[in-house]
Amino acid sequence: MNTDTKNDVRQPEASGQKRTSINSFLHSNSFMRLLKYSVTRLASLLFSVVIAIFLTILIANMGGYVDQIRLGEIREMVVQSVRGNTANRGLPPEKFQTLVDDLVYQEAHAQGLDQPLMVRAARYMKKALALDLGNALRMTSDSGSKQVRIIILERLPPTLLLWGVSGILLFFIEISVALSISRKYGSWLDKFFVSMAPFSTAPGWFYGIFMILIFASYFRILPFGGMVDAPIPKTTLDYSLSLLKHMILPTMALTLTSFFLNVYQWRTFFLIYSTEEYVEIAKAKGLSNRAIERDYVLRPTLPNIITSFALTLIALWLGGPITETIFQWPGLGRAFYQAVQFYDTPVILGQTVIYAYMLAFTVFLLDYIYALVDPRVKIGQGGSS
Amino acid sequence: MKQIKRSFRELLRYPSAIIGMVMILMAVLLSLYTMITIPYNEAIRLWRGSEDDWYKYPKQAVPAWTNTFSKKKQPISFFLNSAEPKTNSSVMVTKEIETRQDGTRKVTITYTFDYQYDDFPQDIILYTYTNDASKKPLVGVTWLTPDGRKINMASYSVSQRGVYRISQDEKLSRILRTKPIEGLFADPASKDTPIPLKGTYQMIVTTNLYESSAGLDAEFVLHGTLYGLAGTDFKRRDLTIGLMWGMPIALAFGLLAALGTTITTLVIAAIGTWYGGWVDDLIQRITEINSVLPFFPILIMIGTFYSRSIWLILGATILLNIFGLSIKNFRAIFMQIKEAPYIEAARSYGASDLRIIIRYLTPRVIPMLIPQLVTLVPGYVFLEAGLAVLGLGDPFVPTWGKIINDARTSGALFEGLYYWILEPAALLMVTGLAFALLGFALDRVFNPRLREM
Repeated sequence: MNTDTKNDVRQPEASGQKRTSINSFLHSNSFMRLLKYSVTRLASLLFSVVIAIFLTILIANMGGYVDQIRLGEIREMVVQSVRGNTANRGLPPEKFQTLVDDLVYQEAHAQGLDQPLMVRAARYMKKALALDLGNALRMTSDSGSKQVRIIILERLPPTLLLWGVSGILLFFIEISVALSISRKYGSWLDKFFVSMAPFSTAPGWFYGIFMILIFASYFRILPFGGMVDAPIPKTTLDYSLSLLKHMILPTMALTLTSFFLNVYQWRTFFLIYSTEEYVEIAKAKGLSNRAIERDYVLRPTLPNIITSFALTLIALWLGGPITETIFQWPGLGRAFYQAVQFYDTPVILGQTVIYAYMLAFTVFLLDYIYALVDPRVKIGQGGSS
Repeated sequence: MKQIKRSFRELLRYPSAIIGMVMILMAVLLSLYTMITIPYNEAIRLWRGSEDDWYKYPKQAVPAWTNTFSKKKQPISFFLNSAEPKTNSSVMVTKEIETRQDGTRKVTITYTFDYQYDDFPQDIILYTYTNDASKKPLVGVTWLTPDGRKINMASYSVSQRGVYRISQDEKLSRILRTKPIEGLFADPASKDTPIPLKGTYQMIVTTNLYESSAGLDAEFVLHGTLYGLAGTDFKRRDLTIGLMWGMPIALAFGLLAALGTTITTLVIAAIGTWYGGWVDDLIQRITEINSVLPFFPILIMIGTFYSRSIWLILGATILLNIFGLSIKNFRAIFMQIKEAPYIEAARSYGASDLRIIIRYLTPRVIPMLIPQLVTLVPGYVFLEAGLAVLGLGDPFVPTWGKIINDARTSGALFEGLYYWILEPAALLMVTGLAFALLGFALDRVFNPRLREM
């Protein structure tokens, strides 16, 4: 079975062949090929997701250790309730013990904890893959719900707000700045970005600590962390202003850690593409800079830009556990970290499975997007033997 | 070899590369110095911080050199032990033993120190040690101020080890009608807002010993608000030990992780492309599974559920990064090289698969490998620090990330104890920057398309 996913870059086909009607396309070889490719690709990606989730379950469950902890908790609860029941007063110790054992067994059996590890793992996995996320063991949402779905949905908006807004904005600013400085190659601005790029090796949380130190601790002009002021502002305007104020420092930290390096990389990337012969010819033809940029530099790099954008979006889902912890930002990254601290397997699993699905789905879609934006790319062709 | 020499010469054309290399060299030298002067086990023992090791040090003391930059001079901590007499500096301790006719001895220990600070010390503690078990020697403590006042502070009997915390002496407080430390140091002229009197102070400890075998020593500890080169933390630990040992740990983690991942990835990619078929398919499948696994969250789980040992985390990091994205890049290059005539030639003269992979395939990607290896190092160094900031740092080994975490969780940012965060952060930044600068230059040297840019 050929499951190779390499995209074959081919010369554009003759224009006459392109003008086939949809009807004949549906019955043509290329449609069948596309269908076959899509099916095998989906199957292989699903296979990867299944294995990855299985591994996550084994890690998150510590090879059954978390279930042992849960059994211990059940026993403790049962002992408490049996002791608390006045009807059980004066029960001889052996009878008390058998009563407790019985109740523990019943509860464990109801939760399926008496089954072998692999069976339990398979059951967790089946539920996880069906996105039946179930209830959290210990965590609760702010609204008091124990449902993993609600916990995750509650943490999603803060993450989207911080990482989404700053991430997406930064992405487009980076690309446009990179384009404009690639035109002014060798200028002081260009040199500035080149020399600033190494500073982006430090991660967001690192700059976050600096930002807190300078603006929150020393100058006392911005809050140390959190999402809004302590008595939550009443009016929508005050609320948004407070939110904005709390977003400044994390956004600055995220900018410092990615902006210069990304601008440098895109600018180098664009520079390489602008030395292609067809760009030289376009220049010789006397096309405007804008037209050259749009049609001869941006167009061929579009697949890379789209990939990078898609990965930026997916990375949102994981948030930034450290940055969110430093800024006390109630996002998904911090939720994951808290779930791990609480040994809360369902929450860990829920977040991981959604991440895996999103990534696999994006990887699947990217193949088609490449083919759409770049006529040289054909889906499901070529590859190794 | 020739090519490497040429590349190196070209590298020297980049000032950033030279700066990077000098910084890395300094980091390596500091690491070696640290490992020689403070043995690993000793560092770990000290960093676990028992009271016996650190009682002499003040809590959360700012580095002593900050006095140079501040108008109001803060007291620097010091300690003097009569067992190790010191007579030739601004702080002195002398011990005199006078034997009387009846065989008893009078011991006089005098501490002399010059106090030129604008603030009061946190505390003064006197630790007395004696081996006179049967009779508890009576110790008298007297205080002499620069303006000639004499204060009888206390007299108490000592068995084996006596601790006298002056700040907690209520009797002395009643005598002086103020907090003991302020009373001892305050200028009598300054009534409302007491300021310390500058000059030479003396504390005299006297005792009588009745047994011929008995001895007495006393240790004078002044807890100022400043100490040493790097200051101390909330467990009184001298930060220099943690900061110095953080260097070899960070370098080891970063370099081993970068080497471990790139070289294994390279070999696996070469094997996959060379053998093709199911081997290649398997490698590609594992790569895909690995890409779906969220890397950092898994490290968080391993750190919390299994072990926070830095070496286990290193192993997991390498394992999870072997089948990373770079395997695809290497594979693409190997695909081209595989068809080259010289590989065909090697095959025809009967070279074994292993020989072709190791001698002919892998060396071709070294130009791509070297910059990648160097640029990967800072990421791993910060990864380890990041885990420590989440509280998942190794429980024993001192690392920069753990110091930042200690500082953050004990409120250094709120209390303005910036040295505690800035020192490890600066070292992290310098280390990361060193490798980044070198890596960027290497990338340009080995990547001809980037060279002109």
